[in-house]
Amino acid sequence: MKNSSPVKWLVSREGLYYLALAVLLVLVLPALLDSFRLNMVGKYLTYAFVAVGLVMCWGKAGILSLGQGVFFGLGGYCMAMFLKLEASTPEATAQQSTPGIPDFMDWNQVTELPWFWEPFHSFSFTLLAVIAVPMILAFIIGVAMFKRRVGGVYFAIITQAIASILTILIIGQQGYTGGVNGITDLQTLLGWNIRTDEAKTTLYFVCVAMLFLCLFVARYVQNSKFGRILVAMRDQENRVRFSGYDVASFKVFIFCLAAAFAGIGGALFTLQVGFMSPSFVGIVPSIEMVVFCALGGRYSLLGGVYGALLVNAAKSGFSESFPELWPYAMGALFIGVVLAFPNGLAGLYQRYVMPLEDRLFKRGKSGDAGNDDAALSGSLGAEKSS
Amino acid sequence: MKSQTYRTTSRPRRRLLAGLAALPALMALASPVFSAGPPTAEVNTTGLAVTDDTVQVGILHSITGTMAISEIGSVQAEKLAIKQINESGGVLGRQIEFVQEDGASDWPTFAEKTRKLLRQDNVAAIFGCWTSASRKAVLPVMEQFNGMLYYPTFYEGLEQSPNVIYTGQEATQQILAGIDWAVKEKGAKTFYLLGSDYIWPRTSNKIARKHIEKKGLKVVGEEYYPLGHTQFNSVINKIKLRKPDVIFASVVGGSNVAFYKQMKAAGVDFTKESPLLLTISVTEDEIRGIGGENVEGIYASMKYFQSLENPNNEEFVAAFKEAYGDDMVIGDVTQAAYLGPWLWKMAVEKAGSFDIDKIREASPGIEFKKAPEGYVRIHENHHLWSKTRIGRAQTNGQYEVVYETKELMEPDPFPEGYK
Repeated sequence: MKNSSPVKWLVSREGLYYLALAVLLVLVLPALLDSFRLNMVGKYLTYAFVAVGLVMCWGKAGILSLGQGVFFGLGGYCMAMFLKLEASTPEATAQQSTPGIPDFMDWNQVTELPWFWEPFHSFSFTLLAVIAVPMILAFIIGVAMFKRRVGGVYFAIITQAIASILTILIIGQQGYTGGVNGITDLQTLLGWNIRTDEAKTTLYFVCVAMLFLCLFVARYVQNSKFGRILVAMRDQENRVRFSGYDVASFKVFIFCLAAAFAGIGGALFTLQVGFMSPSFVGIVPSIEMVVFCALGGRYSLLGGVYGALLVNAAKSGFSESFPELWPYAMGALFIGVVLAFPNGLAGLYQRYVMPLEDRLFKRGKSGDAGNDDAALSGSLGAEKSS
Repeated sequence: MKSQTYRTTSRPRRRLLAGLAALPALMALASPVFSAGPPTAEVNTTGLAVTDDTVQVGILHSITGTMAISEIGSVQAEKLAIKQINESGGVLGRQIEFVQEDGASDWPTFAEKTRKLLRQDNVAAIFGCWTSASRKAVLPVMEQFNGMLYYPTFYEGLEQSPNVIYTGQEATQQILAGIDWAVKEKGAKTFYLLGSDYIWPRTSNKIARKHIEKKGLKVVGEEYYPLGHTQFNSVINKIKLRKPDVIFASVVGGSNVAFYKQMKAAGVDFTKESPLLLTISVTEDEIRGIGGENVEGIYASMKYFQSLENPNNEEFVAAFKEAYGDDMVIGDVTQAAYLGPWLWKMAVEKAGSFDIDKIREASPGIEFKKAPEGYVRIHENHHLWSKTRIGRAQTNGQYEVVYETKELMEPDPFPEGYK
């Protein structure tokens, strides 16, 4: 491949885009924002994990999942269970009728820690579970659906049903899950107080680092031969199948990858926000996550990240300025973007800003600018084909 | 939308009128009204948003999403109280300004907005939250940044935060007197407990069951339905089969509409009182959605009904209708929300300071004699002493008060054996 050396990649156009994002997240935003706002950006970034997963799964492979909230929630709940157990020491819960179990269990007359909570005393198990639990569920759903060649709208509806089922399950089993309230009042991670400003800032940088890790994994998959097959599958599934590829296995893999990303996002969300509740699991948040991705541009990994950031920032901004009217503003924004720019912000960027860049590049350096990186030209191609 | 109108049109006019009315008094005193307050440095040592003539507070309720229909009444009541306090000279000589945020019926949003109100706006108090879930989400933030929340809803108890004043009832205040009344006045022997499936109905029914069984009476059924559930046929059949004397209902939100309509469709006439239906969740606000004709004859156990007859309440209802329109109804929680700003003002003035720690110390023992519900007092445990009342629903959507406890009921958020 042409981008074999990392240094060379960094000065390529794609590399510069990643660098720009890194500079924005690591230098610009922390310098401009106070700790409270930075923490909010950190929260938005956790949705970017889901968006990156969706770009892979929906944009690249054409599998629209309306249930990513399920995986986000599972990752978040795994982390919340660990933190809640840490917060529920016998000393801290001495006034309960059964000290040493989470407070909501006590309220619901549960007197013993349920078996599935036990392993979450271990931090390493929790870290594993954050990724593994969403992946296992995604694997089961994937195998059940894709092996039977359920796809398209039917798959989207089923994922939505699963989001609904999981929400009902969590709310119904409140003695074991905290019900509608969720798991609240999380304070420390391995003795480290996660509520202080310093901790929130640290977690923000952890979140940025993890996001880049996920972006690079996604980019690696996208640029490999595997990524090409995904695109081929999206555009001509039968032709790929007749060429001898096992389409279902590819789909299961990419769906699991998206689930793992969402799970990591969920865990980081719990750490930064300090609680987890079923309101992140259901249908509405799941659809919102698709909207982030659609608005940012579903064919572009970075577009997904910017989409999550912008939509959430707009949501906070609108609701602070116009507490009674903000849902209309958000609705108008979505409708406007989808009607005017079906390929999201990334599509807009490619169409209008990139030609300007091309001219600048030509004037500045050698006439090499036409030699775009694989990813962006790939997504441009996708845009044409769609 | 109503609040918008009142803000843009009627408020300046009323201000002017109030100002004119105050003129003679002003001349007599010969001193400007708003310079009466002590210097800011003295009353605000922790960097709250207090200036020499203003103080900022936060209002945090859902004004969009599924909870908006319930919470808007609270917002209106809080704004009304703030306006009245301002007209009467403010708090420590300072006019109250409010920053309103939307919790959007979404618990994490509540937490985010609380953080914003406390960290960025440095508000001196927050009036807000409605559901237990939103309060639980907000609580850690309130405690971390040491804010003060005035929480208006009747709730399950099992909580007592140094950073919250609970102006609604905790579970025992609603339930014990209600059941006693049903047993004594109506001779009830068997009860069927029914609720939405979350912590408030479950805890309430636990308390109810203990109380019923302690009297040697019987609970013949206990059932829960998910929030938003709309199919109650099976439970209606069970009720018909087991013939309880009392259905004790804590169904919330939209489910109520389906529940009462289906009961009526199944031929249950509440006015016959067999079974008698006693609810702790249907206020005048909910009846607007259910329809008065569907609930005629049910009983509710609350601390406040719009129809209460006392001078405070008549004044309050008139002011509320003037501000928001004649077709407004005022439910239990709306009244409790109205208490919040007043109790805060009294605490600030008793403490002589806006500092949260001093307000916390000053709060227990504060008495509010102008409360629409009559008279309330803040308990050591940050809940209110208040009376329990039983109302009978009329077709016009109002309750007729048929019983009230003689004494104020003591709040007991951690009743023995329910912890």
